[in-house]
Amino acid sequence: MGNVAIKANALVKWFGEGEAKTTAVKSASFEADFGELLYIVGPSGSGKTTLLSMISGILKPNEGSVLVEGKDIWQMKSDDIADLRLHKIGFVFQDYHLFPRLTTVENVAIPLILKKMDWNEALKVGLEYLEIVGLKDKAQLQPVKLSGGEQQRVAIARAIAGKPDILIFDEPTASLDGDTGRKIVEFVKTKILNPERCVIIVTHDSRIYEYADSIMKMEDGNIIAFERNTNAIPYMSHEK
Amino acid sequence: MSSILKIALKLLVNDRSKFIALLVGITFAVFLMIMMMSMFSGILSRSSSSVYNVGAKIWVMDPAVNNATSSIPMPDYVLSSARSINGVKYAVPIYFGNALVKLKSGAYQAVSVVGLDDATLYGRPELIEGKIEDIYAESAFIVVKDAEFKKLESPAVGTEFEINDHRGLVVGLAKVASGGLFGIPTVYTTYNRAITYIPSMRFTTSYILIEPKHESDIPFIQQQIKKLGYQALTRDQFVRKISDFYTYQTGMGMNVLMMTAISFIVGLSISGQTFYTFILENLERFGALKAIGAKGNELIKMILFQASFTALIGYGLGVGLASALMILAKLRLPSYAAQVTYTNLTFAFFMVLIMAGVSSYIGIRKVLQIQPFDIFRG
Ligand SMILES: Nc1ncnc2c1ncn2[C@@H]1O[C@H](COP(=O)(O)OP(=O)(O)O)[C@@H](O)[C@H]1O
Ligand SMILES: [Mg+2]
Repeated sequence: MGNVAIKANALVKWFGEGEAKTTAVKSASFEADFGELLYIVGPSGSGKTTLLSMISGILKPNEGSVLVEGKDIWQMKSDDIADLRLHKIGFVFQDYHLFPRLTTVENVAIPLILKKMDWNEALKVGLEYLEIVGLKDKAQLQPVKLSGGEQQRVAIARAIAGKPDILIFDEPTASLDGDTGRKIVEFVKTKILNPERCVIIVTHDSRIYEYADSIMKMEDGNIIAFERNTNAIPYMSHEK
Repeated sequence: MSSILKIALKLLVNDRSKFIALLVGITFAVFLMIMMMSMFSGILSRSSSSVYNVGAKIWVMDPAVNNATSSIPMPDYVLSSARSINGVKYAVPIYFGNALVKLKSGAYQAVSVVGLDDATLYGRPELIEGKIEDIYAESAFIVVKDAEFKKLESPAVGTEFEINDHRGLVVGLAKVASGGLFGIPTVYTTYNRAITYIPSMRFTTSYILIEPKHESDIPFIQQQIKKLGYQALTRDQFVRKISDFYTYQTGMGMNVLMMTAISFIVGLSISGQTFYTFILENLERFGALKAIGAKGNELIKMILFQASFTALIGYGLGVGLASALMILAKLRLPSYAAQVTYTNLTFAFFMVLIMAGVSSYIGIRKVLQIQPFDIFRG
């Protein structure tokens, strides 16, 4: 495999104090490489989202460290972490979190706008990414007019519009029917993943395992297994 | 406009109903504040109309006078003493009083009577009909053609009427710069005719009007008048004295202040509340922006922009609405006393900025508190 995109060292995260204290992640260490599609699987409440948040600069761990492309992110100032998220990491949230008052293409353009790109330019680039996810003709619609699968694709377009090195999906198929979910993951594997990119998908949907290059299993805050999937369907990037 | 502010604008404006609610709150508050303050300004400027219309530089009066139309008569020696003060070019008496006019229809109408010094006619009005010399003719009166003119059944030159059981004859119509507050017509005549027609006390001089030789003589004149036990005020000082009287001694100022404060509080709570709801409903969006990589100060900029944009539009609408209403009212009621002054506009603007500031403050606090992790967890 290629270079290390993310390295997590003995991450620990707990919530609450005293009686109410729950340890969501207990000493998690792993690596994710560029060119790799990594699955994090495990039952609900096993600490997947918490782990994802710590490695992507959203939630500060209580112990341990995270290296993103070799940089220890939790030693950085919060504005610098925000910059890192903006420039290096693309997110697809579980509930998409699209902006209902903006058009589809404006939604896709948001990371570009946060990067201070001029409005018209950002919309132009946004439209290109909508085309990649096959929704160019829905550019001027509001997200509510789109189906669940289409909204998911808008969220993906938004996540990749800023050309991030690392893409993070939290349960992308949870609210989609099996077929749509499979298509999305197939799309990600074949069109989005490339040797310069690392994609991490959290899911507990076992129907889509065949696309994963590695599968990491979590249970009760622990990583209980890390397997390479040598039979994984390979990527073939078509992205411009 | 930077792209990020454009996003902020779209989030705000595309939420039609909330945006309208915000505008209504601010517009309403601005409207009420401007109305209250304009009415008050109008009343204050009306209350000094006689002072403006007569136009004298210095007014001598009893120190207890606080309102141009309720004068306290002064003995004659004050006039002769005033005339002998160094720096006085001339000093003349003027009479202010009220009389009852019996109209042709048989109805009575109160009028205010200004008696001009017989020798100089100092403080005379500008005539639109007739000649000022005719004021010396027998029973002659000049009627001011202001908003109250109709109450005298719109007389013309030559119209006769009865005033305090004496004969009166209209010899001229005058135009007047500033209408009065009390809604009664004004007539001019000579000082001597005024005091013979209108029953008065032993003393008859309402005010002494002084023209100084030079502006620089004014302090000395004031000092000398003070020695006589009277007060000499410049026009501006007199106007201020009258304004202070209405503001502080009639309860009017207090009421206006209270109403303005209430309008402000109502506007603040409506707009603050609505803006807060707007922020709460969009908290998820702000959280998503944060997660994607927006920095705290960018979110602050967005909120400040949203709040001030709404505030400015609401301000414009409120001022526009208030002005429109005043124009309408003046069409129906020519003597309607309300005026929009720069002070009022500035004050209301300041209040609107406070509303925007408070609204943004609570919004910003809320938005800075959100953890992107909570958005991430769903
Ligand atoms: N903000 C929080 N406060 C308290 N407990 C939390 C919080 N976030 C997560 N947890 C707890 O941490 C554990 C792991 O949660 P999470 O990472 O969301 O699991 P998963 O994504 O695998 O379903 C759960 O027991 C959850 O209740
Ligand atoms: Mg989760």
